[in-house]
Formats: sequence, structure tokens, C-alpha cells
Amino acid sequence: MNLTLKIWRQKGPQDKGKMVEYKVTDISEHMSFLEMMDVLNEQLTNKGGEPVAFDHDCREGICGMCSMYINGEAHGPDRGVTTCQLHMRMFKDGDTITIEPFRAKAFPVIKDLVVDRSSFDRIQQAGGFISVNTSGNTQDANAIPIDKHAADEAMDAATCIGCGACVASCKNSSAMLFVGAKVSQYALLPQGQIEATDRVKNMVAQMDLEGFGNCTNTGACEVECPKGISLENIARMNREFFSASIKG
Amino acid sequence: MSGFLNSSIGRKYTMALSAFFLMIFILQHFAINILSVLSPDTFNETSHFMGTNPLVQYGLQPVLLFGVVYHFVMGFVLEIKNKNARAIKYAKNNGAANSTWMSRNMIWSGGFILVFLIIHFLDFWFPEINTKYIQGDMSGLLADGEGYRYYEELVHKFEPIWRVALYCIGFVFLSLHLLHGFSSAFQSVGANNKYVKGLKGFGKAYAVLIPLGFIFIALFHHFNH
Ligand code: HEM
Ligand code: SF4
Ligand code: FES
Repeated sequence: MNLTLKIWRQKGPQDKGKMVEYKVTDISEHMSFLEMMDVLNEQLTNKGGEPVAFDHDCREGICGMCSMYINGEAHGPDRGVTTCQLHMRMFKDGDTITIEPFRAKAFPVIKDLVVDRSSFDRIQQAGGFISVNTSGNTQDANAIPIDKHAADEAMDAATCIGCGACVASCKNSSAMLFVGAKVSQYALLPQGQIEATDRVKNMVAQMDLEGFGNCTNTGACEVECPKGISLENIARMNREFFSASIKG
Repeated sequence: MSGFLNSSIGRKYTMALSAFFLMIFILQHFAINILSVLSPDTFNETSHFMGTNPLVQYGLQPVLLFGVVYHFVMGFVLEIKNKNARAIKYAKNNGAANSTWMSRNMIWSGGFILVFLIIHFLDFWFPEINTKYIQGDMSGLLADGEGYRYYEELVHKFEPIWRVALYCIGFVFLSLHLLHGFSSAFQSVGANNKYVKGLKGFGKAYAVLIPLGFIFIALFHHFNH
């Protein structure tokens, strides 16, 4: 199929940037969205132009790098997929596709479609861990009994790949789905209890410091999240934060 | 605790708490107003009680005023902060694909409710305060002393069609506000389990029926007199 692409081009962090229109031809419906971008970049390079910079790594939906806002939705129109898993069969011949970077003050653009998501790393560093000795005497994983439901819910929360689609989709640029998932994956398990109070307080403080907006429960994040992270995780984080604040 | 109140999640809690308070208040307000349709005498007596009882006037009324003011001031503060959290807007954004119109436009429905509230205060609250506390007439009686004034005043207010229309529009916005707000407030305070999900239907019914009830009362008095 033949497509018209409207893509955000920005030379660097300081550049103002603008939307630029391109045509791509002979795109197979079996291609992934990133493969279609590869075709475009090959065209651009052959003509001596600058290829469109975009993030990607695993190309199988696990690293969370591929960040594109496609036709007004993070990771495009399909559900439960990242941009690298999005197939071109979701589009029709002759379509115009608008492609923008994930937009949030806390995700500044580095170049074209590449954004800096290290604000997520700093939130993780503020509390998204448990302190255990790993010096040789590793404990058997089954030594601590864990409720099956809690284990399942913790696993679900832990599937968050930190892609930032929740922030990009949120009209408030709120990071609460991401932070809710990261708080929950520990809050649900006995290993997470020891540092629970500090964890949620520090992670929320860092989240606020990074300049993410305030959640108003629109639920856009849950719909656009490629891993189906549930809003229940935000509710859990709110409860955790409330009780942690009372404990002081 | 000051850290809590200045945090994003703390603000969510206080926003939701003020909203819970307002939702209970409106239920109470509706219960009294519907009396004006069912029994003007009971309406008069209840209004007089609410208007002169010191606990209501000096206890609940200031809490209500604070609740309303806090809710809309914080609503605007959060809206500005949230807008600032995205410096450059999307050229193309498909909000309808992942969220309801109501949830994305709380500031607009809320803003229209605020306009309505200002008019409502000018219509009812200021004249009440003027009669009772400035002119010092706590009797609640008509000028000729023949019975209570509340019912007469209410009916009189709903004579002009423009005011009835304005009330109807105001309550449509309240309905839109609550269609998202009711369940949103539970999520904000961290209540999102199977019991709260079971309340969703009730919340939608509340959000539609209570405003419809107020609209009914306004129309009833307009067309019945
Ligand atoms: C006076 C004008 C009002 C304004 C400007 C206003 C504004 C807002 C805004 C911007 C929000 C979203 C904030 C957030 O979710 O964090 C909100 C939430 C809400 N409002 Fe209002 N509002 C007003 C009046 C009311 C009234 C009269 C009621 C109830 C009878 C009400 C009930 C709610 C509820 C239930 C929520 C959801 C709270 C939450 O998500 O935690 N609002 N309001
Ligand atoms: S919660 Fe979902 S959308 Fe947000 S960062 Fe994690 S995987 Fe991505
Ligand atoms: S490139 Fe790894 S998730 Fe898309």
C-alpha cells in the first residue's frame, strides 16, 4: 500500500521542530510499523536526506523503547501492543498517518521521535527495589509462602515495561499508572513490606518532582497500555501512599 | 501531613473528599426541594428549620462554603498544573479512543456549574443572608405576616422562563460532571475493588436522576403557577 506520513522532525533538544510530510510506497500489510519506518528511512537515506530518528530495541514488545504517538494514540490504534508489534494491516492504502513523539514536559524530545524517559529511571531509583544480600547465599525462592492471588497480581503489575504510553496518552501527562504498577509489584509481596513506607513516599515525591501531571482518572492510560496494567494499581498506590503518610 | 497535602496523591484525596461532601449535600438539598412539590407546608417548615438552626447555619454552612470553594479552586489549580505538564500539544490527538468526553472535560462541566452556582447564590443565598442577618428578620414570615415566605419565594423565582432554562442547563452539566466524578472519587481515595465496581450502576443512576429531579422541580413550579 501507499501512505502519506506526517512526522514530527526536530533536529535536537533546542530545535523548535515541525511536522513534515512524506510519501512511502509499496508497504506490505504484513510489515510492522517500525519496518515501515525502516523503509521510509532507507528512501530518505538514498536521497541523501536525514533519516527519522526513533527509539527501538527488542522489536518484540518487551523492552518498551519504541515510543510513537500514531494517529492520536500511543502505540497506534491497536490494543495491547507496542509500536513494534503494530501491524500495517491496521491501516488502509492511501491513509495519512500522523506520527509524533510521546509528549510530556517530563519526556523532553532528544531528536525527532526520540524522547528522554530517564525521569522514569529516577522514579525507579527512588524506591523501585528491595534490599537483599546477593553475596552467594541466595535463598530458595519458595522459602517464603505467597498467596496465589497476590503473586498473580504482583506479576501482572511487574509486566509494565516502562514504555511511557500511559504518560503520553494521559491528558494530564500523569505517570500514575507506571508508578502505581511499580509500587504494586512490591506492595503485594512479603519481600516488599520492609521498605514499603519509604518506597511509596519516595517514588511519589520523585514523580511530582519530575513534573508529571495529576491523575484525574480518565482511564486513557489503562486502555493504551500495551501490557494491560489496570487502574487498580493506581488505587493501590493511593492507599499505600495514604497509610504511609499517616505512619509519618 | 503537609507533605501529603502538597503531593499529587494528597490533592487527589482532598479533591475527592470535597466531592463526596458535595454529593451528600446535593442529595440533602434535593430531598428538601422535592418537598416543595409534595407538600408546601412541610417545605416551609423544613426551610425555616434549616435557615435558622444554629448548628446548620454556623456549623454546616461554613463547612459547605469551604467545601465548594476548595473544590473549584483546587479544580482550577490542578487543571493549570496538568496543562503545564505538556508544553507542546499533539498535532493529532484521539482522546475519544480511550476515554469518555465527561472524564476529559471535568473543568468545563465544573466551570459551567460554577457559573450556575454564582447565579444561584445571587438568586437565593444572598437574599436569604440579607433578610436574616442584615435586616435581622429571622421570622421566616411573609411581609404581611400570613405564613412562611419560603414557598412563595421559590415559586416566584421560577416564573421567568430564562431562569428555568438556566437551571436546566446547569443541572445537565452537573449530570455530566457526576457521570465521571462519582466513580472517579472512589478511585481517588484508593477504593477500587469488586464492591466499588458494583457501585458503578448506582453512580450512573445518581448522576442522572438527581439532576433530573432538580430539573423536574424547576419545571413543575414554572408550569404549575
Ligand atoms: C463549583 C464548580 C466546580 C468546579 C470548577 C469543579 C471542577 C472539578 C474538576 C476540575 C474536577 C477534576 C479534578 C480531579 O479529578 O482531580 C472535579 C472532580 C469532581 N467533582 Fe467537581 N467541580 C465543581 C463542582 C462540583 C459539584 C457541585 C459536585 C458534586 C455535587 C462535584 C463533584 C465532583 C466529583 C465527584 C469529582 C471527582 C473527584 C475525584 O476524581 O476525585 N463538583 N471537579
Ligand atoms: S504502565 Fe503500561 S503504558 Fe505505562 S509505562 Fe508501564 S507498560 Fe507502558
Ligand atoms: S522495540 Fe522493544 S518494545 Fe518495541
